[in-house]
Amino acid sequence: MTNTVDTPTDASRSTPPSGLIAVARAPGWVRYALLAVGLAVAAWLPNGLYPAVAVDILCWALFAVAVDLLLGFTGLMSFGHAAFWGTSAYVTGLVAIHVGLPFPLAVLAGALAAAVLAVPIGYLAVKRTGIYFAMVTLAFAQMVYYVANEWRSVTQGENGLQGVPREMFGVDLTDDYFFYYAILPIVLLGLAAAWRIVHSPFGRVLVGIRDNPARARALGYPVHRYKLTAFVLSGFIAGLGGGLFAVGHRFVSLDVLHWTTSGKAVIVVVLGGIGTLWGGVLGAALVVRLEDWLSFSGFEAIGLVTGGIFVLVVVLFRRGIWGSVAALAHRLAARRR
Amino acid sequence: MAGQALLSARGLTRDFRGFRAVDDVDLDVASDSVHALVGPNGAGKTTLFNLLTGFLRPSGGRIELAGRDVTGLPPEQVARLGVARSFQITSLFPQLSAREHVALALQSPSGLGWRFWRSSKLMGRYTERADELLAMVGLAELAHAPSAALAYGRKRALELAIALALDPKVLLLDEPTAGMGLEDVDRTVELIGRVRQGRTVVMVEHNMSVVGRLADTVTVLQAGKVLVEGPYEQVRADERVITAYLGVADAAH
Repeated sequence: MTNTVDTPTDASRSTPPSGLIAVARAPGWVRYALLAVGLAVAAWLPNGLYPAVAVDILCWALFAVAVDLLLGFTGLMSFGHAAFWGTSAYVTGLVAIHVGLPFPLAVLAGALAAAVLAVPIGYLAVKRTGIYFAMVTLAFAQMVYYVANEWRSVTQGENGLQGVPREMFGVDLTDDYFFYYAILPIVLLGLAAAWRIVHSPFGRVLVGIRDNPARARALGYPVHRYKLTAFVLSGFIAGLGGGLFAVGHRFVSLDVLHWTTSGKAVIVVVLGGIGTLWGGVLGAALVVRLEDWLSFSGFEAIGLVTGGIFVLVVVLFRRGIWGSVAALAHRLAARRR
Repeated sequence: MAGQALLSARGLTRDFRGFRAVDDVDLDVASDSVHALVGPNGAGKTTLFNLLTGFLRPSGGRIELAGRDVTGLPPEQVARLGVARSFQITSLFPQLSAREHVALALQSPSGLGWRFWRSSKLMGRYTERADELLAMVGLAELAHAPSAALAYGRKRALELAIALALDPKVLLLDEPTAGMGLEDVDRTVELIGRVRQGRTVVMVEHNMSVVGRLADTVTVLQAGKVLVEGPYEQVRADERVITAYLGVADAAH
């Protein structure tokens, strides 16, 4: 390790990482209209899809937004976010089974556990950037995976944690349709929190750090601590999604901690659009829906299709779906003016 | 004019894998003075800057700010203690507007930057002061422009506005007029002349006419060592300096 810290030569790179290109914000009425459409779709979703699929979409939407908070707004690509999603899934499941708390409280406990786990992992990871950051997060996520695999007395190992109850003050939530509406407020709260973080003074500093860490330090901002805070917040939101996922499936398998889960989260964000926040929600909806459709139609190589779409988007639409549409709308609006 | 040493270095040394970029440098920057660092390329000026601002850790030696040992402190803490710097290669946040840059700098000491649960509209409290500073550097009309869209000279001016927003005790300017046309150079010199009031300025500068117009003290570096130090006229007349640097520079201009 050298004792050089973000030297100003690094600072001279004026292009932000991950191919981000700024898209001007839409006018107020467009944003409110989009919000109304989004809420309407969220309210209708389990009527148009299998409710279980709709539940998965909500959980993955939180996961994607959590990853985008780092990837898009802090410039950190975590390749180990399954650690937080999965840890929360297990903690939520264990709390719901053994303590018998109502599921929202069990999920909260899971998300808090994920945030606590994010402190040491983040502390060590934020000292690295780029591919090295991704590798550190991946390594820790693998450690968490092996711990869960070996600690059979608690996690049931490969059998998975069975019988996670959907208990909430005696209300019957066994029907996925009603369960969807029970978790919707929690998910909306999580998404609103992510939106608030991005559009806070803290979020402004994060963008500054993403684009020019050396300059941010010269302004007196402790870059590592900001990144760590973002990492922990992201871990919490990912944990919120993972906890709901566990209750949604009434079962926790080791898959929730597998590295492919971390990879899928990144793919979802890239598809939707890095640094767009809502793009991740859209990406989650598309990927979850597509995987469900492919598995029901008996198609074996699901990864081939999602992987192929991923490659197409990366090559042709670097801004992802949301980013590309926003850029196009912006260009059309500019031409009309 | 020159008072006590506000920023000083003793035996400051920095090695890069066997190459000694800064070699046993003693430096005393007097309070309220403009102190220029000059020397040929590779003399160690920018490395010295990076050492003084915490961007590089010294291999040896000691740095004091107003009597306090600041050796090895990270850059954000050095900045907090009142040392602001500009970068040789313009270093901005490409997506932020000029005003947002200055607001971000003004916000830095307040702790508002930690409030992830509050609206970014709160940063509006810095708009007035930000616009004052932008006006001061001649960017009043460009407050909304994203920094990526600014012309080179404007970017340098924005660099200065950001550094001033930190209200530093010591302002370190790394080649503030590099790559500027004559007109911009004049404006920058005039601006530095204004902002130096009540402040201490250290600058790396190649343009000797700028040094002559601004600097109280000049330190000439060569191969990482202090060659000569003194008032501009004295340094300019020094034999060693003429052979090492000024002769070359005069011939070039």
